[in-house]
Amino acid sequence: MQIYLPIAEVSVNAFLLLGLGGMVGVLSGMFGVGGGFLMTPLLFMIGIPPAVAVATEANQIVASSFSGVLAHLRRRTVDLRMGMVLLVGGLVGAALGVQVFNILRDLGQVDLLVKLCYVLFLGVVGGLMFIESLNAIRRARAAGPVQRTERRQRGWVHALPFKMKFRTSGLYISVIPPLMVGFFVGILAAIMGVGGGFIMVPAMIYLLGMPTKVVVGTSLFQIIFVTGFATLLHATTNYTVDMVLAVLLLIGGVVGAQVGTRIGVRMKAEQLRILLALMVLLVCGKLAADLLIEPAELYSVGTGGAH
Amino acid sequence: MLRAALLMLLIAALPARAEDIVAALSQDRVSISTSFDGSEILIFGAIKRDKPQPIGTEMAIVVTVQGPREDVTVRRKDRRFGIWVNVEAVEVTGAPSFYAVASSIPLRNALSPVSDARWRVTTPTALRGPTMMASVARSNPEAIEAMIRVRSASGAYVTAENSVELRDDTLFSTTIALPSDLTEGDYRTRIFLTRDGEVVDSYSTSIFVQKVGLERLIYTLAHERPLIYGLLSLAIAIAAGWGASAIFRWVRI
Repeated sequence: MQIYLPIAEVSVNAFLLLGLGGMVGVLSGMFGVGGGFLMTPLLFMIGIPPAVAVATEANQIVASSFSGVLAHLRRRTVDLRMGMVLLVGGLVGAALGVQVFNILRDLGQVDLLVKLCYVLFLGVVGGLMFIESLNAIRRARAAGPVQRTERRQRGWVHALPFKMKFRTSGLYISVIPPLMVGFFVGILAAIMGVGGGFIMVPAMIYLLGMPTKVVVGTSLFQIIFVTGFATLLHATTNYTVDMVLAVLLLIGGVVGAQVGTRIGVRMKAEQLRILLALMVLLVCGKLAADLLIEPAELYSVGTGGAH
Repeated sequence: MLRAALLMLLIAALPARAEDIVAALSQDRVSISTSFDGSEILIFGAIKRDKPQPIGTEMAIVVTVQGPREDVTVRRKDRRFGIWVNVEAVEVTGAPSFYAVASSIPLRNALSPVSDARWRVTTPTALRGPTMMASVARSNPEAIEAMIRVRSASGAYVTAENSVELRDDTLFSTTIALPSDLTEGDYRTRIFLTRDGEVVDSYSTSIFVQKVGLERLIYTLAHERPLIYGLLSLAIAIAAGWGASAIFRWVRI
């Protein structure tokens, strides 16, 4: 069944969109990631204009993270105070990111920036995750005594001023690092159309030293507001949020996420992570190849170039 | 001298009066609804003659459909620091969003270069229309060529020779396929009757393309009330997220 998207101004198969939403939803349920980093490139591939794909994906992430955060709130695994601090940084970052996005769009370089961001972050995160999970599997095979990692030494993060108490996380640290992390992820959310969970979660664990159990919930909490803000900015400055596209992706996404969660429970953590790492690297490789291999058509035609 | 020239012109023009195009479209308006998946327009008609048609000349019917003009940016990629990036942009003003040419015989025979230039029929000449800056075409012919190539590949620019059916040199019909990613506006439709490459008669009409219903509503809301539209999108997202969570909880219990 073909459906005409009013903002993207293309006609696409509704079942294809439901399927894509469902597939990415399954993966996000399995791995606990937003799935924006997979969905946005997939939308490019089926012919949705990049600007519409990025803005609409931000809207979709609001839905999936809201659904997720409700579950975490019930389990009291959201550090609201930390979330608010991250959020302040995130909103500033998102505002800046949309501006950067608009400037580069006028210059015709937005595709390049988005793709470079993807290649860089997917490559680094995928590579690290792959190595880490491979080591974990090897350790499990060796079946030796599990070495407990020592708690990290108090580094430069703890020497900064403006300290604040975060009770849920059991931390007493400066507000500067969480502000910076939030700011950085906010920029990414606006430019890449992703929630940024795949950057934020490691940053919260390794940089801020937050306990793992509150990390995902807090990250989701912050992502709702940052992607919500990015959606509003894209809607008011670029008119690129496609409601019909968002709804179709949402329906597939929320159903897929429930299925994915059930599959995820039955698999081992290391196996899950190695699969996710491979998938991340695959998307990264595809995007890198596009940049490195000479395109068959050197010219591209865009409408409404400069505004 | 002048009178003689006028008389000559009149005589030359006389055969043109002898043949007229009578044409119609299967539909003169296209509504883009939610289920819109492209549209086929049947263009048909007949040649009305006052006297027998001239013998020994080759007759042809040429049909063109032209979408609304818009400003486009043609960008060229080149290798910089090992990766392929956009390095050059050319603004092309007033390029039609859609252009189709159909003819009953190959265009080379149907239209002389002079008539083509005058009536702007084939894609390259139609692109150099009055609103397009001719300087772009002169200074950057590769950009224009590339635009035609890219848009032909995507189906926005179509040249279909021999696709007009002509019966007994009188009845003609052709179908023009409008793609699914259509822009709104007036689609100018022209029909030419040519003999030995010279235009004998022409007929012009319009197809009106417009979004309707939900498509219209969403598009208008997004452009005229962007803040409300944005908030509404968020509300839908929040509701869907909450709904999924609620249903999931209910299913588990």
